[in-house]
Amino acid sequence: MKKSWPILVVDDEEVMCESMAAWLREDGYRVDTASNGQAALGLAKAADYAICFIDLKMPGGMDGIETMMEIHKTRPEASIIIITAYATVDTAIQAMKEGAQEYIVKPCNPQEISMLVSRILKLKKLQSENAILRKKITRQYRHHDIITKNPRMEEILGLTQEIASLRSTALIRGESGTGKELVARAIHFSGNRAEKPFIIVSCAALTETLLESELFGYEKGAFTGANGQAKGKFELADGGTIFLDEIGDISPKLQADLLRVLQERCFYRVGGNAEVEVDVRIIAATNKNLAQEVQQGRFREDLYYRLNVIEIRIPPLRERREDIPLLAEHFVQRISSELGKDISGISAAALKLLIAHDWAGNVRELENVIERAIVTCRNGMLDEQDFSWLQRHPGASQNWEVPEIALDELERRAIVAALERKHGNIKEASAALGIDRSTLYDKLKRYEISH
Amino acid sequence: MNGLYLVAVGSVPEKALEWIEGAAAEWLPFPIRRLPPLSIPEAAYDTKRGQYQSVEIMKMLAESASRDAARVLGVTDVDLAIPMLSFLFGQAQLDGPVAVVSLCRLHQEFYGLPADENLLRERTVKEVLHELGHTFGLVHCSEPTCAMSLATHIELVDAKDEQYCVRCGMQLVRRCAALEGEV
Repeated sequence: MKKSWPILVVDDEEVMCESMAAWLREDGYRVDTASNGQAALGLAKAADYAICFIDLKMPGGMDGIETMMEIHKTRPEASIIIITAYATVDTAIQAMKEGAQEYIVKPCNPQEISMLVSRILKLKKLQSENAILRKKITRQYRHHDIITKNPRMEEILGLTQEIASLRSTALIRGESGTGKELVARAIHFSGNRAEKPFIIVSCAALTETLLESELFGYEKGAFTGANGQAKGKFELADGGTIFLDEIGDISPKLQADLLRVLQERCFYRVGGNAEVEVDVRIIAATNKNLAQEVQQGRFREDLYYRLNVIEIRIPPLRERREDIPLLAEHFVQRISSELGKDISGISAAALKLLIAHDWAGNVRELENVIERAIVTCRNGMLDEQDFSWLQRHPGASQNWEVPEIALDELERRAIVAALERKHGNIKEASAALGIDRSTLYDKLKRYEISH
Repeated sequence: MNGLYLVAVGSVPEKALEWIEGAAAEWLPFPIRRLPPLSIPEAAYDTKRGQYQSVEIMKMLAESASRDAARVLGVTDVDLAIPMLSFLFGQAQLDGPVAVVSLCRLHQEFYGLPADENLLRERTVKEVLHELGHTFGLVHCSEPTCAMSLATHIELVDAKDEQYCVRCGMQLVRRCAALEGEV
């Protein structure tokens, strides 16, 4: 590890350079030496030094501070440690103001220098890991990671690219499971906010008061249990993007609060009276028809127009069936590797079946179906049989009419129907219902169904 | 090549040289020879610091040892330093022929404590193994009890064992084996 963090020692005294280099080499570092600023610059251009020890006073030519400033032009990431004698400590402090990370007064204790080097390199290692992870996340959510050959989806991807670096609010519409969050991430990670936070808030998951404190934070004593000040998601997303999922479900009060944030870019924490300013891009998503919600008085018209500056409608999977084979292959590869199963692909007959299916739950449903098939698959290839439980309900949702009966009764009837169809075979009935045997047994007991 | 040459630089107790010969013989597969003692070079003395610059002593050792020496280990009782550091227990050329060990800060008396010969022997052996390890290309080990771990104060020397850890020991064996054919 140490060899990947080269160190440069710059001093006009050869003894100083060589003895220091020798000491650091014993610790496993790759160390170069330079006897003047010019030589140091030449070396720094060729190698990416993690740390440069530079003597403050070098007679003739560039002194330590000049050398540091020149090296920083080429290698801004290099940590500079200025070496000084007691008489020049004031100048060393000046060097810190100019960008040196530390200064050491020579001669110093071996422990001091050893700890200094290891502290700087520990930080550099963390920074480098952080950069790698950020890059990984950014790569993961770039446009080309959304799998499609559908012209409408490609158009959407083009649009997300165009709007990525704007601050304008975007509203993503689409049925459940179409990938609204993925598109929001693609916008965020392709734009100039990619290095800043991307914060997701599921508006339907929380009650009004909880959502309010979740979004805007709260002050100490704002409510029972508010033992200290807490930042809300808007503050956490400062500089980045906030993704408000299921925006159609927020209460009238929160609609008013949100409108204020959109108009004035500031808000109050719950229980607070100081304005908090933020620079946040808002991307909202909904599976509801918001225009209709406005007409029916359930959603504020002014908020709707504020949110709907850029509208993106993601088509449901049944409107882009050409993507099903691509998505299916992608999920097979990813999930089989995650589950450690050796599945090479999907047979043509199975694909035909998947393409014909209605996919009410869209891409998410397809992903779940593939996962289930992989779990139960005993061959190296997913074939028709692995999706036989799916085949029985093609287009079911198209003709679906919600019967006016209680959900429990609906479930009871589904269980009875499955048992009848399978002649009382619990294993097959549970597979048909998409639940495991023990769950079916529990439900049989609960509904007092004797098979 | 003629093995390890041991040289006293200045006045060094005979028993310390014997401890070193014993320890080196335990770990190195080639002969240990004693060279006549050398005087401390005048250029090594730093009047401002009252210490001796190890670089000058190492230069002298490199010049005075015969060219066929596999390794030259100088031992001194004076306090060593380099311009950047306030003191050194010893110094070596990484994967090179010369090393020097100072006994000065290994004495309990240096810290104002009563003399302890057994402790001095232990510390001497540990530091000799450490610097010799460097001359065979070994760098600092993260295992605190290994002779190759970095000691920046005497408590860290005392925390070491008088031996290498398995990894460093095996590395030393391999490096010595590579040299042994030439010895």
